[in-house]
Amino acid sequence: MSKEPVAVVGIGQTRHVAARRDVSIAGLVREAALRALADAELTWADIDAVVIGKAPDFFEGVMMPELYLADALGAVGKPMLRVHTAGSVGGSTALVAANLVAARVHRTVLTLAFEKQSESNAMWGLSLPVPFQQPLLAGAGGFFAPHVRAYMRRTGAPDTVGSLVAYKDRRNALKNPYAHLHEHDITLEKVQASPMLWDPIRYSETCPSSDGACAMVLTDRAGADRAPRPAAWVHGGAMRSEPTLFAGKDFVSPRAGSDCAADVYRQAGITDPRRQIDAVEMYVPFSWYEPMWLENLGFAAEGEGWKLTEAGVTELDGDLPVNPSGGVLSTNPIGASGMIRFAEAALQVRGEAGEHQIDGARRALGHAYGGGAQFFSMWLVGSAPPAG
Amino acid sequence: MSAPLRDVAIVAFAQSDHRRRTDDLSEVEMVMPVLHEVLRRTGCETSDIGFTCSGSSDYLAGRAFSFTMALDGVGAWPPISESHVEADGAWALYEAWVKLLTGEADTALVYAYGKSSPGSVRDVLTRQLDPYYLAPLWPDSVALAALQAQALVDAGHTDEAALASIAARRRADASANPHAQLTGARPQGDHVVAPLRTGDCPPIGDGAAAVILAAGDRARELCERPAWIRGMDHRIEAHSLGVRDLTDSPSTRLAAERAGAFARPVDTAELHAPFTSQEVVLTRALGLGDEVRVNPSGGALAANPVMAAGLIRLGEAAAAVHRGDSDRALAHATSGPCLQQNLVAVLEGDPR
Amino acid sequence: MTVTPPPEILRAPLVVEFPFTRSLGPVQSAFLTGLRERVVLGVRTESGKVLVPPVEYDPETAAELRELVEVAATGTVTTWAWNPAPRPGQPLATPFAWVLVRLDGAGTALLHALDAPGPESVRTGMRVRIRWAAERSGAITDIACFEPYEDDAPGPSTGTGEGRPAAHDGEFADPVTGITTPARLDYTYSPGRAQTRYLYGLAERRTVGERCPSCAKVYVPPRGACPTCGVATTDRVEVGPRGTVTTYCVVNIKAKNLDIDVPYVYAHIALDGAGLALHGRIGGIPYDQVRMGLRVEPVWTEGARYPDHYRPTGEPDADYDTYKELL
Repeated sequence: MSKEPVAVVGIGQTRHVAARRDVSIAGLVREAALRALADAELTWADIDAVVIGKAPDFFEGVMMPELYLADALGAVGKPMLRVHTAGSVGGSTALVAANLVAARVHRTVLTLAFEKQSESNAMWGLSLPVPFQQPLLAGAGGFFAPHVRAYMRRTGAPDTVGSLVAYKDRRNALKNPYAHLHEHDITLEKVQASPMLWDPIRYSETCPSSDGACAMVLTDRAGADRAPRPAAWVHGGAMRSEPTLFAGKDFVSPRAGSDCAADVYRQAGITDPRRQIDAVEMYVPFSWYEPMWLENLGFAAEGEGWKLTEAGVTELDGDLPVNPSGGVLSTNPIGASGMIRFAEAALQVRGEAGEHQIDGARRALGHAYGGGAQFFSMWLVGSAPPAG
Repeated sequence: MSAPLRDVAIVAFAQSDHRRRTDDLSEVEMVMPVLHEVLRRTGCETSDIGFTCSGSSDYLAGRAFSFTMALDGVGAWPPISESHVEADGAWALYEAWVKLLTGEADTALVYAYGKSSPGSVRDVLTRQLDPYYLAPLWPDSVALAALQAQALVDAGHTDEAALASIAARRRADASANPHAQLTGARPQGDHVVAPLRTGDCPPIGDGAAAVILAAGDRARELCERPAWIRGMDHRIEAHSLGVRDLTDSPSTRLAAERAGAFARPVDTAELHAPFTSQEVVLTRALGLGDEVRVNPSGGALAANPVMAAGLIRLGEAAAAVHRGDSDRALAHATSGPCLQQNLVAVLEGDPR
Repeated sequence: MTVTPPPEILRAPLVVEFPFTRSLGPVQSAFLTGLRERVVLGVRTESGKVLVPPVEYDPETAAELRELVEVAATGTVTTWAWNPAPRPGQPLATPFAWVLVRLDGAGTALLHALDAPGPESVRTGMRVRIRWAAERSGAITDIACFEPYEDDAPGPSTGTGEGRPAAHDGEFADPVTGITTPARLDYTYSPGRAQTRYLYGLAERRTVGERCPSCAKVYVPPRGACPTCGVATTDRVEVGPRGTVTTYCVVNIKAKNLDIDVPYVYAHIALDGAGLALHGRIGGIPYDQVRMGLRVEPVWTEGARYPDHYRPTGEPDADYDTYKELL
């Protein structure tokens, strides 16, 4: 017997901000969950299981917070599963939930990812001191900047490409009411004049630290038939991992990323991603990762990704819009960021993305990565049910 | 639930020797030999595995992303299809089982590890509690289990002597388990938090475990007598102890029902009961009679590597089927304070 | 053949400590502010049950709960556990009983400590009352503990019948909307076999990697396993001391816990003979003159475990093709 097709029929997210001081952790996740249920016109009783993800527990200082969150998410008496795959977790969580439906273990599943970074400090959470190791820097920017330099060296990309991405994503965010950063007075000059933090990465080319949550309701064919609004259908989904550091690792274009994309394309029958995919929500926490992932995901030949960005192909009105929502550069509740990518891809093919809707989007890719550019999760969603 | 889409079995199980401390080994150095052992038992190599899933906790290690380093022991190259749960490895096994049910993979490697020795696990586990009303009081894991034990005593379901006899039975059973940390006759000792005495509590230690799952004919190729997963389900309860009936475990009963455990009697049960009193709760909730062999491995009272102890229950139950000691076994894993979350699997061997 | 004894195991304290800042939301805010004012609030569910402490969402129905009521500061022990050896952070420093207490008017029980002379003076069903902390800030610890209380015990309360608790609007002057919950956990870290051997090498100012018996790559620092082959690395191989800067960034922001002046160069350095780059700081050259391919060597300072930084050797830069796999 073949797998059950999986449909996304409800999507909800919080209005992402630096600090949600008006709600508890439970209040935050609840908001996203209720919006997803409302979108699907379902109630708690319609949900068979909850799959939840977030990044390291140290961010909120609660070990396995899903235990405390069971009540808020209507999970009492139901299965509740917690996923943690570093930065890719939001995507992985959605895929685990989708598998529950695909395997016909459950019919309707709520999946949710969150981070309430204002409870602590991400810099602290990411840089817990380890005895006997030499402290050399703090935070993720310094870790990724040398890889960006390696990309620039390898491809000869001009210095300005990173600023183009940041300028685009911040403008896209102005069309997304849920985005954290709404920089109404953004200009390319301002991006290019912002302080160099980890040369070659400028302040305006880095992601913010956000409080936020994202939730989706996934269901089977029968559930999709009952849904009040168009469904997004999962045409392919995959996770790939490779080790953190190893001899021969290509940090610029990790094989786990390209293998993961190839698996998803195979499942979805995609042979020419550049032409067949209408919108991409990719995980770009530092602006230069857009051209890097364009190559890694097969949208551009090796060394050519920056040319797409430079030519405006990835703009909202380009022929391959990347991060119409404003992306991670505009919103980053770490554990939720991957699921927001997946959800935004689904919104596009449902035609429900509002002001940042890509007209006629039929297939969209959601992408997430994490760890030392080693954990990848992706899904491809379509406006029509998968064939077969 | 309806019958699973495919037949999936546990085809191999391996575990470390559980020890009070493993200062001489990093996490990956502790995990890797167990991965090698479980692969050796099937003749598989990493490249034969379709999906890998692990369970562990950053809070035990005191380091964010601690699982990323353990992945070094897998040999994830070329890149692998892989996931991780921040929970006991039993839930990693659940995720892998679902993956196999979809047909996207035919084999899966599941592993879990926990080093309790670097920190004070009683205190570390307080961080699992509601961060507003409970965690600021630092109620440790033994204290919470003791509140549950007293409720059982008050309800007339057990007493200190009965708990002591459970402790003695499990450690005696564990004498036949070469991996166990605590075996043989031992004094019950003083109250740690009354009514629980030293003997009622699990040993604190470090360890790892791994299983391999396989579907259909692949399972028969890899194992002489696969332990078929006839059903598996897990359920969670409310978090606050004050709203729950601590003498019962409705989530265990519901998970067992959904897993099909009550359709026919089981001959063996591996229950993840770190405290003697929790074994009382679980055997009552599951209605297990004297005819069922409970925790022949010694259970978590003999070795309790946190985050692996639940997966070990599934592994031990499967191993009993592999050996022919069991035809139908129930395996249980728990997570959270006072059995808040529970998983039940039913494993069967082919008729002999 | 003599067997070399394994080096002495290294250990070091690892402290994970942070003052977490928690926003409360309306129900928890009202409850904790109430404690500051010596008022105990519960919340009523749709079925009429009163939950104390009040939670935001009904455990049974998941409904949002907002209907606050005031309950008594006296109650009945529903279960208890005698704690002969209090641990850091717990409510009392002398032996006490953990208790679940159903306050009069409540249908559920609250977890806290009971100050009692000994286990013989505690029993399920006993009457207790809140002992308030002298200084209260709006936290669960505003209840210092419970204490035994002699009264004419009322019958068991379900929170639904007679003596229905009065509604409370949850309004207080200067409400507490957030709390700080400091948490400290102490660990003893030990780095394991491979890292320990590496560290002992460094103590002699030698950088000793380990070779994978399967793929022959040399790992520096060794982490116990060849991550691509999944086997233990074995043979020890000294690498360096010289190496090549394969890529880098210029760090312009000062990290709180790091005593390094900015700007500085953080580089990936492939030591000669190593299969991958390690990370280090570059010095002895203006930061804006560092480049990929620069040849460097370590600079040690007295008593340091690691080279303080790497400085140029003066050799010609390495050709890109010689290190492009080692970025």
